Amino acid sequence: MKRFARLFNELDQTTKTSRKTAALASYFREADDPDKLWTIALLSGRRPKRTVTANRLAEWGANLAGLPMWLFQESYDKVGDLAETIHLVLPDPTRASDRPLSGWIDEIRALSDVEDDAKRTAILEAWDRLGGVERFIYNKLITGGFRVGVSQKLMTRALAQATDIPETELAHRLMGNWAPGTTTFAGLVTHPDPEADLSRPYPFCLAHGIDNAPGYDPQEGPAILGDPSDWLAEWKWDGIRGQLILRDGKHYLWSRGEELMTDRFPEFARCIDFLPPGTVLDGEILAWDAEAGQPMRFAALQRRIGRKTVPKSLLKDAPAVLFAYDLLEDGGEDIRERPLRERRSRLEALLRNLPAAAPIRTSPMIPFAGWDELAEARRESRDRQAEGIMLKRLSSPFHVGRKRGDWWKWKLDPLSLDAVMVYAQAGHGRRANLYTDFTFAVWKGNELVPFTKAYSGLTDAEFRKITAWVRKNTLARFGPVRQVTPEQVFEIGFEGIQASPRHKSGVALRFPRMLRWRHDKTVQDADSHATLMRMLETYG
Amino acid sequence: MVLEFRDEGIFCPAGDFYIDPWRPVPRALITHGHADHSYPGHGRYLATQAALPVMRHRLGDIRAEDITYGEVRRIGDVDVTFFPAGHVPGSAQIRVEHRGEVWVVSGDYKTGPDALSEPWEPVACHAFVTECTFGLPIFKWLPEAELSRQLNAWWSVNAADGRFSVIGAYALGKAQRIMSMVDPGIGPILTHGAVENTNAVLREQGVILPDTVRVTKDIDLKAHAGGLVIAPPSALAGGWIRKFGPCSTGIASGWMTMRGVRRRRAADRGFVISDHADWAGLNHAVRETGASRIFVTHGYTTVFERWLRDQGFDAHTVSTEYQGEALDADADADVADAA
Repeated sequence: MKRFARLFNELDQTTKTSRKTAALASYFREADDPDKLWTIALLSGRRPKRTVTANRLAEWGANLAGLPMWLFQESYDKVGDLAETIHLVLPDPTRASDRPLSGWIDEIRALSDVEDDAKRTAILEAWDRLGGVERFIYNKLITGGFRVGVSQKLMTRALAQATDIPETELAHRLMGNWAPGTTTFAGLVTHPDPEADLSRPYPFCLAHGIDNAPGYDPQEGPAILGDPSDWLAEWKWDGIRGQLILRDGKHYLWSRGEELMTDRFPEFARCIDFLPPGTVLDGEILAWDAEAGQPMRFAALQRRIGRKTVPKSLLKDAPAVLFAYDLLEDGGEDIRERPLRERRSRLEALLRNLPAAAPIRTSPMIPFAGWDELAEARRESRDRQAEGIMLKRLSSPFHVGRKRGDWWKWKLDPLSLDAVMVYAQAGHGRRANLYTDFTFAVWKGNELVPFTKAYSGLTDAEFRKITAWVRKNTLARFGPVRQVTPEQVFEIGFEGIQASPRHKSGVALRFPRMLRWRHDKTVQDADSHATLMRMLETYG
Repeated sequence: MVLEFRDEGIFCPAGDFYIDPWRPVPRALITHGHADHSYPGHGRYLATQAALPVMRHRLGDIRAEDITYGEVRRIGDVDVTFFPAGHVPGSAQIRVEHRGEVWVVSGDYKTGPDALSEPWEPVACHAFVTECTFGLPIFKWLPEAELSRQLNAWWSVNAADGRFSVIGAYALGKAQRIMSMVDPGIGPILTHGAVENTNAVLREQGVILPDTVRVTKDIDLKAHAGGLVIAPPSALAGGWIRKFGPCSTGIASGWMTMRGVRRRRAADRGFVISDHADWAGLNHAVRETGASRIFVTHGYTTVFERWLRDQGFDAHTVSTEYQGEALDADADADVADAA
């Protein structure tokens, strides 16, 4: 594990992307194939599963360190990470090991099938053989939580430098259903068999928010994009981004997070009857309201997401359709480099004569002559169950990943209200020791009623400031949660609101976050529960 | 009680003085010159010879007497003696004896030796008033030689690339300790004004430090390329650091034990270097005093108190305004609050 530990340190000890890339590239030039394969797997989120429970691991760690459980628990609370806590409290190892990364992972994976006693023996042995950061990495692997501050994109770039294979080609090769246990470095990276994985998706093309565009002015809207006739506009649907693959008589449905969702959406099985093999569509999966002739709210689709198998009643209540907006493969040919204008017309031709029962529709374009007209249309977004508008340059290829310039999202402003912070809890990992998880309340008469939690939206400096404040203004403690003086007002933004019997306040918010710390407002200025109820009526 | 814990600070009724008070009092005995132990506004001060110059530098024209380590001084009805605390140059534990009963106030202390401070020594007592900034078993310091090796390795690599190494460390104590740990043969050592001012005071009183170059507005940085820059941690966050171009940054603090804290600082390197005792050091110190009553003043007080009680000590937490090892002015400063 020594070479991998060196890489981990090099990545961990710099915040500069160029240095991280260089460290990874030299690792990919030097390491053995099985280790390289596992490194790619780890850095693309294909971690080995947790093979021992957190409780057991904590118990064995505390025991070996000679600590009572309460003291171990206190330490864990402060560190915010189990693997790191154990690493810190254990005595130094007495032996060493030359076993490579892949060897340790093989052993960890084999532990899933053995009794606790055997697990314990193997883990104590490992703890006594691994020094310094190696032991930390081992603990992260065994708890299923290994992460390092490197994106898949950066890893792909480094691999491209080390192998001289183009980055976009590598990005494609690393997509899909492969697992390090069933392939090799050569089979995955250097000499892949294109027929080996028919389910393999293309890398998704992702958009930036237009408010991040250089020179963006909220008054002017997308005018900075130039001539409107160079652009295609469509609704930004509030569903699940999906890639539908039809190849060799089979179909596969992938999420943007590279999760295979085929079994969760059985309605797409019929597509092989309507569409030719060698077709890959990019689009949005939505729950479809046939009566209203428009998508249902995201809440309807949400009921489908968590399920591996779908009961018939749910298939009927929330039938899924794919709103296709791009064609990536046509007649078995990869057409991602063709301009969007051409891909779009081929898409329309392909879908033109589908029967009404087919669960696929072409996502409509929004006709517009000028940016003002488009701004007008954008106001209808919520009524159409859309989150705003997507803008795509008609001459653009289907890029790999989030490339600036050709795809922009122009979202609606979030719904928002002013609320009072009432509880605070410390975060984990990078946010350990900082209060970052807050509960917010609105007024109901003279009472503050909690209605949502929010974790994001503040800068690190603001989190530090609020943390210092929380420490000085704690009224009561409930385990890790602190009740604080109701004094701080925040503007809470959210994308949607729905009734929820599971929440005391009666509502659940979609993607709530802190938009602003309202230093200018007093507690009395916060919004009321009645306002929240009106929002539920209007948007719920 | 030989000592009482009052709103103003730790009070000795039989001697009519306070130790490290945080509100103005007529007579203050000071363990060391850090701001949370040595406040302005007291009528009279007593501190070690080595601690006083920095206190005068910080507090201006104070009415102060000095004392040497081990010297017994009668104050009122008690005997007072200062012993080295190993925290910063001149830092002391204060022993107070009244009619055969001995109490010791630790101030801040570090049990392991370094090249700069007078080494800590255990002082036998009945009651021990101790800090516990790093009173959790996750905190374990490496030997000084290993820390030197880490610092020098980091600096050498950067120096070979022609990059500056900028390290954040307390202006009093930590900064000079780092100077004493690194190999000046690697390159020039540059200092932020706050650090250099403290250097001047310490050099004046005879502390040997390597040569340093003060970073001024019109300094020729090209002539010092690859140098080690020592600055207070707050300077790393501001615009000051930009003048060094694409440098490598490090922070030296016991808090760097925790990955989360280091990553939040966005420094390239975190060196686990502290002027306080680690978990083993605290336990060692408590046992070595032979005291049965322990008062914990600041740090992970709740945890350390419970741990000591489990070990059979009569342990209590007392409320003070000491801060231990701060990283900067806001939240990280009190990551160790009594949670």
